[in-house]
Amino acid sequence: MLQPLQEPFMQRALVEVTLVGAAGGALGCWIVFYGLSYAAESLAHSIFPGLVLAAIAGVPLLLGAAPAIVLAALAIALCARIAGVSREAAVAVVVTTMFGLGVLLALSPRSPPGVESLLFGDVFGATNADVATAAGLAVVVAVGLRLLHGQLLIAGFDRGAARSLGVSVPFADAALLVLLAAGTVVAVQGLGNLLVVAVFVGPAAAARRLSSRMLPMMALAAGLAVLAGVAGLYLSYYAGTAGGASVALAIVAVYLLSLPLGRLARANRPSEGYDRRMTEPEPST
Amino acid sequence: MRPEPLIEAAGLAAGYGGAPAISGVEFALAAGQTLALLGPNGGGKTTLLRAVLGELRPVAGTLCVGAACGTVPQTERSRLDYPVSALEVAMMGTLSQLPWWRRPGRAEREAAARALDRVGLRSLADETFGRLSGGQRQRVLIARALVQAAGVLLLDEPFSGLDRPSAEGLEALIVELAGEGRGVVIATHDLEQARSCDLVLCINGRQVACGRPEQVLADVSVLEATYGGAIVEIPGSEGRAILPPHHHHH
Ligand SMILES: Nc1ncnc2c1ncn2[C@@H]1O[C@H](COP(=O)(O)OP(=O)(O)O)[C@@H](O)[C@H]1O
Ligand SMILES: [Mg+2]
Repeated sequence: MLQPLQEPFMQRALVEVTLVGAAGGALGCWIVFYGLSYAAESLAHSIFPGLVLAAIAGVPLLLGAAPAIVLAALAIALCARIAGVSREAAVAVVVTTMFGLGVLLALSPRSPPGVESLLFGDVFGATNADVATAAGLAVVVAVGLRLLHGQLLIAGFDRGAARSLGVSVPFADAALLVLLAAGTVVAVQGLGNLLVVAVFVGPAAAARRLSSRMLPMMALAAGLAVLAGVAGLYLSYYAGTAGGASVALAIVAVYLLSLPLGRLARANRPSEGYDRRMTEPEPST
Repeated sequence: MRPEPLIEAAGLAAGYGGAPAISGVEFALAAGQTLALLGPNGGGKTTLLRAVLGELRPVAGTLCVGAACGTVPQTERSRLDYPVSALEVAMMGTLSQLPWWRRPGRAEREAAARALDRVGLRSLADETFGRLSGGQRQRVLIARALVQAAGVLLLDEPFSGLDRPSAEGLEALIVELAGEGRGVVIATHDLEQARSCDLVLCINGRQVACGRPEQVLADVSVLEATYGGAIVEIPGSEGRAILPPHHHHH
């Protein structure tokens, strides 16, 4: 159990998945409730050309991913304004174009070897700088979620009433997307382009089945994501499987485990044995 | 001198781009008054409420709203599995009174608990919103409006899906809240409830009529223009009309 901890690359990988898992799990609860799972996946795919360019130029991946994600967001906004093009179609067109571009670049003779690590992640290759970036991300996400909590809660519950409650729905939506973009750009280092969405969606979907309040759900999702991350790394270390894929697999396992557990939790909740709606009299005033 | 109306609309039209969904809306609501909004599905009741709420800009005419609006929106399935308690929903009413960096604290929690008490739900404060009955959920949303210190209450088909006793309890609460000087607008399909309001506004795309219920509802041509002639009067119901194609909501 402790032996892998001697290895510096394993230490960095563990810190990296802990930071990314905590931030991604908590943020993921909002992604799930705002119906943004598809958007999360699209964002991740659309940064592929940026990653490849960064790898070719030999600069940190973040420097390629950040402009790519901004470009994709702008292109989606522009395409959606063309009459007769739905938002969903716009996303599909832009994402396939960007991803295709990334593949073209990756297949070019100038691309360095190891491009598949951009697709599947290279969590054991995390440098000290990568870990520091992940720490920065975790802080930004934690502060952002803390400041936005009330607004996100209202805009997600009741879009129509949000304005009268002092919440701007476009602002809440945009702020959430910015946090998601920041999270994706950083998490993609460890999990890769194809698997990064797992850390946002999997733990949150599992926590949703086990908890019926937002804050406990976010804490649980963060905990589950970290747990799955660590378990994935150990699996990878001992079984020799790919790092990012092992983490993604562990996340899927956590979700599958939450299915029967969620059913149990529901059955054991005190007022759920009978239907309270039927037995509780309406108060009369 | 008459008191300033809480809401005043003149020649109001609003919609979603393209032809306006509602037009020719003309009414004034004073403090303490209740207004019933009658119309078929798609007649523009929700649209009018959204305009009053400031969500939709008027495309013609004027609309003055002189008080904070609290809203009880139409029932929506997605809200039922949202992870919030009754108390947390009521506390949403405090957000606009807090600076952006502050989280609601003890004072806000207490204000929300008082509002839940006011609507008769103190004992259910910690229950998940989606697990409450329909009538209880409407009360929680009313509590949220009370926490907001709303001078105007907008209720969108609050009685839909409620059984008779729940609907009557809710109606009594609404009358009480109006009696404390709030203006209340209720979109409804129930003519009987409309009769007990101070004002009735009939809308079917265009405003058909607005006035006191005994005048507006006595005129069969008004009801026909509102509902497109699809009215079936149940014999012996003493004017309690049942509207077959509309009474189920979505
Ligand atoms: N978000 C929307 N976008 C475009 N049209 C809408 C929207 N909401 C409602 N409408 C249209 O506006 C009209 C009035 O709808 P609504 O105000 O919801 O009626 P009601 O509440 O009386 O059932 C309908 O024709 C409806 O199709
Ligand atoms: Mg409606």
